[in-house]
Amino acid sequence: MSSNRRIKVLVAKPGLDSHDRGAKIIARAFRDAGMEVIYTGLGQTPEQIAVAALQEDIDVLALSILSGAHMPLFTAIMERMRERGMSDILVIGGGIIPDEDALELKKLGIRAIFGPGTPLDEVVRFVRENVN
Amino acid sequence: MPEDGSAVTEIDELVEKVLKGDQRCVSRAITLIENGSPGAREVIALLFPHTGRAATIGITGSAGVGKSTLVEKLVRELREEGKTVGVIAVDPSSPFSGGAFLGDRVRMQGLSADEGVFIRSMATRGSHGGLPKTLSYVAMVLDAAGKDVVIIETVGAGQSEVEIMKAAETVVVMLSPGMGDEIQALKAGMMEIGDIFVVNKADRPNADRTVLDVRSMLNMKTEDWGWRPPVVKTIALEGEGVEELLDEIRRHREHLSSGALDERRRRRAESEVVEAIGQRATERILSDLRRSGRLEETVRRILALETDPYSAADELLAQMLKA
Repeated sequence: MSSNRRIKVLVAKPGLDSHDRGAKIIARAFRDAGMEVIYTGLGQTPEQIAVAALQEDIDVLALSILSGAHMPLFTAIMERMRERGMSDILVIGGGIIPDEDALELKKLGIRAIFGPGTPLDEVVRFVRENVN
Repeated sequence: MPEDGSAVTEIDELVEKVLKGDQRCVSRAITLIENGSPGAREVIALLFPHTGRAATIGITGSAGVGKSTLVEKLVRELREEGKTVGVIAVDPSSPFSGGAFLGDRVRMQGLSADEGVFIRSMATRGSHGGLPKTLSYVAMVLDAAGKDVVIIETVGAGQSEVEIMKAAETVVVMLSPGMGDEIQALKAGMMEIGDIFVVNKADRPNADRTVLDVRSMLNMKTEDWGWRPPVVKTIALEGEGVEELLDEIRRHREHLSSGALDERRRRRAESEVVEAIGQRATERILSDLRRSGRLEETVRRILALETDPYSAADELLAQMLKA
């Protein structure tokens, strides 16, 4: 691996959800950990997220969602990522997501779900240890 | 043909797909170059003959002046004309963590699902306050991939912005009203690099005053190849003035094609090769000095006050050039 390589993370807010405090805080934590963070802003469709992931050649996709629509949105995002041959990207999620849904999401290939109150270090460490 | 068959084929294949405009390969080629990974130089060498076709436009100005918003509107307008567009949005790396927050996509959301637009964010990385060292090569990838227009958006940090002239053939400098003193400060580097000036947020009070300030500053500038930089008023958020700006950009392209472009490209080629020589020479000399232990030895002598850094450097260089 080249010394100039940096972990690139796309922090995305899918769907109709106007709460991006959490997303911005986690984005800062990644930046302060030396990663390059691309933030998409609010109201992203699964298609837009997948295109951004492709164009930015990211290592990690961090999805933040508080609207309750995580099941259909995350499913659609994973599908779009697969279609474009980006199954090797580490995908994680955060927000208000019930445990039983979290289990389902892991089956879809979302590697970890971080609920409210998760220490930032824990998320950063997870990304460092699991990034391809 | 190269001996190392497998690795080279991979690069050849990548380059071939980049030339066809394959998004994933364009993206991967950019990463290779950005990281200086093995193969990067080869990718550059193979793509280079296919460059020089795209119109390259640099947009620079202070943070918050409205660059991303204007770029979004420019891209929309260009798309309506049927042009394909590449956008490189540069944001600074943190000097402390080395990380970066790249937020320009937020203002360009509406563009991301359009196949004819390729947006890439770039952090400045090792380059202090300036532009990423690989910027012009990344722009080259988008050019070679067949984009009709490549727009480079950078944070205006003053002097170091002169670098934008290397990557872009038309440089647009953005200002907004109420920047009074800042305009004074901009004189240093920005006035010289701007081919076109934009006063954004023109619905604000004092917009005309700012236009006047810029014009009077430009009057002090010597004309470069018979081009007088125009000043365009825009309200980027509402798309006002964007068509006019595009007209000026086109007018500048026409001006360039009447001889100035050759001169610009010559200057750029020269500065690029000079820079590359400096970089390679430094790398080689330093690795030699480190390996032989002479660097350490010299540092020790400097600490012991037996010599000073400049004399030591001259001495070492003289020895190496003789060898």
